[in-house]
Amino acid sequence: MATATIAHAGGTDFYHEGARKGILGWILSTDHKRIGLLYLGGMVVFFLTAMTFGFLMRLELLTPGRTIMDPQTYNTLFTLHGVIMIFLFIIPGLPAVFGNFMLPIMIGAKDVFFPRLNLLSWWLYIVGGLVALVGLFLPGGATDTGWTFYVPYSIRSTTNVLPALLGAFILGFSSILTGLNFITTIHRMRVKGMGWFDMPLFSWSLYATGWIQVLATPIVGITLLLVAIERWFGVGIFDPNLGGDPVLYQHLFWIYSHPAVYIMVLPGLGAISEIIPVFARRTIFGYRFIAFSSIAIALFGSLVWAHHMFTVGMSGTGMFIFSLLTFLVSIPSAIKVFNWVATLYKGSIALEPPMLFALSFLVQFSIGGFTGLMLGALALNIHVQDTYFVVAHFHYVMFGGMGFAFFAAMHYWFPKMFARMPARRPAVASWLLATIGFNMLYFPMFILGYMGMPRRYYDYLPQYATLHQISTVGSWILVAGLLIMVYNLVTSAFRGRRVTERNPWGGQTLEWTVPTPPPLENFDTEPAFTHGPYDYSRYEAPKEARP
Amino acid sequence: MSATTAHAAGAHAPHRDDVGSKMGMWLFLFTELILFGGLFIVYAVYRFQHPEGFRLGAVELDTLVGTVNTIILLTSSLTIAMSITALQQGRKHLSLALIGTTLLFAAAFLVNKYFEWGHKFEIGLYPGSPQLTGKPQGEILYFGLYYVMTGLHALHVIIGMAVLAAVMLFVARGSVNKDSYVKLEAGGLYWHLVDIIWIFLFPLFYLIH
Repeated sequence: MATATIAHAGGTDFYHEGARKGILGWILSTDHKRIGLLYLGGMVVFFLTAMTFGFLMRLELLTPGRTIMDPQTYNTLFTLHGVIMIFLFIIPGLPAVFGNFMLPIMIGAKDVFFPRLNLLSWWLYIVGGLVALVGLFLPGGATDTGWTFYVPYSIRSTTNVLPALLGAFILGFSSILTGLNFITTIHRMRVKGMGWFDMPLFSWSLYATGWIQVLATPIVGITLLLVAIERWFGVGIFDPNLGGDPVLYQHLFWIYSHPAVYIMVLPGLGAISEIIPVFARRTIFGYRFIAFSSIAIALFGSLVWAHHMFTVGMSGTGMFIFSLLTFLVSIPSAIKVFNWVATLYKGSIALEPPMLFALSFLVQFSIGGFTGLMLGALALNIHVQDTYFVVAHFHYVMFGGMGFAFFAAMHYWFPKMFARMPARRPAVASWLLATIGFNMLYFPMFILGYMGMPRRYYDYLPQYATLHQISTVGSWILVAGLLIMVYNLVTSAFRGRRVTERNPWGGQTLEWTVPTPPPLENFDTEPAFTHGPYDYSRYEAPKEARP
Repeated sequence: MSATTAHAAGAHAPHRDDVGSKMGMWLFLFTELILFGGLFIVYAVYRFQHPEGFRLGAVELDTLVGTVNTIILLTSSLTIAMSITALQQGRKHLSLALIGTTLLFAAAFLVNKYFEWGHKFEIGLYPGSPQLTGKPQGEILYFGLYYVMTGLHALHVIIGMAVLAAVMLFVARGSVNKDSYVKLEAGGLYWHLVDIIWIFLFPLFYLIH
């Protein structure tokens, strides 16, 4: 990275300080801020790759029958789109980039608790990503099993399933180490005087996420490893020919992969809890409710996995219980949404780019949440299982939710990370295009799914053509918006308006009290805890009483 | 590998906080327990589905070898715990000798395991062998799990040996000493984990008939 152009020339900030110079100073650095930026670099590459795959899939679906690729290529593309987006972007996403960069500063620490372990996580992330994708370049082609690797097909497929399995395993390791690191950091390194309920809500969400990462990831690790061992050595574990039980695989897979949904989305919810008070100039409404709802989501979210499997032939009691628990998990999510809306109420709202993305998030996440409730209802689930309805639902939560929260966080913390402002007009344009494109791409899928269009199909009946075409056009608009955003952020990082003040947005959390960009160990003076993270009483007082 | 880095990194943190370092280690041990927890679930489900096949499989194992290995591992847990106490009392050489003894026990465990597996391979009981494939499905699953679970455990024994060897080097050099012994404690915790997982594997495979 051309660091000199980003930060002040010759300044004492983390771009210039450090034991080593050049590229080694980055890839061997244990500074949490550098590691955060390293993750960001990797993530942009992986995200654009997976976005291209998704774009090509939508292009193929423009017309019934063959449009630009053969069915096998299509199978590979939707598998890799899922694997990359989930394991390399959505799961590490906010914790790895903004958690790494901001968490220690937010709680007044000089670094994370295990800095070298943190660097190891990044290396595992890169190695895992490369291993997962190496199948693309091997004879036999990349895996075509879908990101869920369901047995028995994942045992029998002649494509390169093994690298993808091992890649996912390594990435799981990376995720565990990050979670473990954050939990310890939050427990042991809060600045003197900062109690649990004085922490910014982003730290709370990372704390809940850390526990899910530590407690759920090993299950999927061992499960994927078992499939790998089965492919490798022919050991009988899940293969029904040898007595194995494929449904057991699904249980084990979702025991992790449903909580993983909350690994993906909780940090996004945390970032939104930071952004909304700042741009509404309001003390967050219901701090403790938001904090505890993160823990509640982590707890309930671990008990609902079998709602992915209502059609595999579970007992009626099992289905009833999992459906009920699924309804329960929506309560803490709804608590968050209500509290954000209550925070906005009577706020003096500034429609800066981070806030715009956050507002899109609010609407899209709510739609995703409501349709999740519909899917949790047994009667409806049986009909829309494995249709586009499911695809639309999880894209609304994952992309409309976590993705937009990531973009919001990107614009929000950008000035602190790069000491430059993202240019406003292209940022607003990219927000507008992304929001319109996103909804045009995924909303028709709800209808398609309700009409019976199955997911993962290469071809479709003529009556689905119109909606598929609307959706594909939406994908063009969305991609245009995303490309403008990436271009704008990259150019702004190097040529944007310089930020020298510490607190360009008027935030109240500790990261806005340190120099821009922060020095190597974050604080130029000893950090002190003086007021809560969302103290906007100055703005909320009646006008005549304001200082 | 990750275990060594886990506590090695703690010592290089900008400040020293032994409680925090141990907390990180405990979190890591949770993940290990849950890793094996997944396997225990698989074992429980298949045992429930194929009680007869699992019984037939268990008969093939030699309880004596399993018992000897259990005694070896339990004793090694004792020696590593003693090495920590010895170091706390400042008796460096005794501590080194006790870590060395633990490593010898670990090696003895692996040698036993090697002969046990080797014997199974000799009589044709290995994944994909014509002899095993001809057996009832429950028995195929039993041996599949036997190799995977004891194999993964053996891998953990090897990792534990590497961790303890590294800590032994630190003690010999003096960087782990009477006043700063959290690395030895973390290594010891890892070794106890290896031990406790075996405590569950032993009855599941050798004792329940």
